[in-house]
Amino acid sequence: MTAETGTSERAAASDESLLPELVAYLRENRTGLREQWVERITAAGLLTAMTPDEIFSEVTAVYDNYVAALETGSVETLQAYARDLSERIIPRGVDTDEVLGIVLLLRDILARSLFVHYQDNPELLHRILDAYEPAANRIAVTVGVSFVEERERVIREQQDAIRELSTPVLQVRDRLVVLPIIGMLDSQRARQLTEQLLGAIQSNRARVVVLDITGVATIDLTVANHLVQAVEAARLMGASAIITGISSKIAQTLVDLGVDLEQMRTVGDLQGGLEEAERLLGYRGEAAATDQRT
Amino acid sequence: MSVAILRQGDALIAAIQSDLTDAQVLALRDDLAERVGRHRLQAVIVDVSALDVIDSFVARSLRSMAITTRLRGAETLVVGIQPDVAIAMAHFDLNLKPLRTAKDLDEALVLLGERVEEDGDAE
Repeated sequence: MTAETGTSERAAASDESLLPELVAYLRENRTGLREQWVERITAAGLLTAMTPDEIFSEVTAVYDNYVAALETGSVETLQAYARDLSERIIPRGVDTDEVLGIVLLLRDILARSLFVHYQDNPELLHRILDAYEPAANRIAVTVGVSFVEERERVIREQQDAIRELSTPVLQVRDRLVVLPIIGMLDSQRARQLTEQLLGAIQSNRARVVVLDITGVATIDLTVANHLVQAVEAARLMGASAIITGISSKIAQTLVDLGVDLEQMRTVGDLQGGLEEAERLLGYRGEAAATDQRT
Repeated sequence: MSVAILRQGDALIAAIQSDLTDAQVLALRDDLAERVGRHRLQAVIVDVSALDVIDSFVARSLRSMAITTRLRGAETLVVGIQPDVAIAMAHFDLNLKPLRTAKDLDEALVLLGERVEEDGDAE
């Protein structure tokens, strides 16, 4: 126990003095190690979305940043680079496992070359590895996390874009609004949709609302219940909701889920929905026309 | 009393001005059912536009109000349900089907006017 503590203390103390040596070694062997890395990447079938030249130039940059991070112990530059790199490669379809695989490959290559270089002096090798391993792990984690964060940011942005785009409220004629719903419906969006629907009823004084879900691919129980509640809430506000464009798949799902659809007025397509809406309004429209004449 | 009850033609308009206690809600229900029968009215309009909150008890009472007045020969229309209230009410998991609704008083009167016209035509 005491001996172990002693070792790690010594290792911690030697970190500072050994890192410059390590960095110097990695700088010296830059060309060889870098090429080895590129070979391993190609052999493993990673980064197939990029050309060899691109891989080589990115690899050089990552290698230099990697060594710099080892030298300074600060991962900020590397982090910024990793983010920037992720931004460039994500649109080209590079996956998380590829990025992690590449960083771990570099770690392995460097570790192995250290083994080879210091194999005559096991004591020194141990201390070098003690200094190298935590730093290398930290770098691997930094790069992986940067990539995932960047990816999540892209996904979030796209979700926001979809959310903004996909639920316009269209006033078709007096007291009739149409809400075409496109894309994924999750419970958050369904809730937002309900608010939008009721807001539209309130502000447009709508009497009939047509919800067109032609652009919705699938639906789950939570979302289906949200829809039922949205229709009920619309009715409570004195408006009729008509749902159109239920695909056969969604219809099947709704039946399988046992959603109570009795309250829902459904029509096959948007055209039929608008006709139904006009029928509902037309009866009132005629009455209004009569009022005007008298 | 925080409910103003007005008579307009064959309809009774009950405008709820502020939150009611449970007892007041029940009293209103009985009062309306009683008057409807006594004056042979056609409709009751309950205006809830002043209410920011409708709890499940009030929602259930509105529903039973609709049923009792129907049994006494009149239609009940609830008007002015606010968006947030509508969402909450839809979540109660009550069967609110007997509750007929309209957007506001204006619309309710138009709806009832049409019905009277139709009845007149039929006669």
